[in-house]
Amino acid sequence: MTGAMQLTNVLKTLADPTRRAVFERIAQEGEVAATGLVRGSKVSQPAVSQHLRALRDAGLVVERRDGRRIHYRVAPKGLGPLIDWLGHYQAFWAERFENLEKLLKETE
Amino acid sequence: MSAKHAITVEKVLPYAPETIWRTLTTSERIAKWLMPNDFVAAVGHKFNFRTAPMGDWDGVVHCEVLDCDPPRLLRYSWKGGADSNPAYGSKLDSVVTWTLTPVEGGTHLRMVHDGFVFPGNQIAFDMMSPGWGRVLDGIARVTAEAAA
Repeated sequence: MTGAMQLTNVLKTLADPTRRAVFERIAQEGEVAATGLVRGSKVSQPAVSQHLRALRDAGLVVERRDGRRIHYRVAPKGLGPLIDWLGHYQAFWAERFENLEKLLKETE
Repeated sequence: MSAKHAITVEKVLPYAPETIWRTLTTSERIAKWLMPNDFVAAVGHKFNFRTAPMGDWDGVVHCEVLDCDPPRLLRYSWKGGADSNPAYGSKLDSVVTWTLTPVEGGTHLRMVHDGFVFPGNQIAFDMMSPGWGRVLDGIARVTAEAAA
């Protein structure tokens, strides 16, 4: 997958508030079974499964199978595309700021 | 409502605000440190920055002067990019704000580039809130476990 698609995917995937809540809960709990996510939530089991699939496909969570149970945890680099996006602009402005300073020095 | 994230770059420079202001607001000077442009320091003036095209983006940043209060405050909109581009070239509807504050020995120059819209209403805000701290803790813990 290209960087652009990854960023778009992450943005789109996290745009759904319910899905984002699922993601945040996985992150908070470290690792959680799909059944544990359905319990104590108002979201139906098929809906949770669909959100988990979307999160997995976007590279935001990883699964671990333990017999019939599937456990989910946050993929450490899942939010990378989002951080990269900001990082590029951060680098862009840091560099332009240096240019600005150089120019001021030259014209002093 | 959408949650936005800002980039801030700031520094104390050993020049008077007026000197820095000229560098921030004179078209030929801006071209030397930022990008070619047709900037005019007048509220409502629409202008472009031009850079190399990238993917589906023609490399043009569409801007409008929103605030101009020499030599203290300059603010312009910053729109450009394409949805299909990664990172730097991706679509952006944002605002750049320059503030100049006289300090001992020079000027405190601060640039805030605001408007990196993160999905939904909460994510960007959450990044700075205790809630997001817990999320990051969770990620850190998972990472540490994976490395162990």
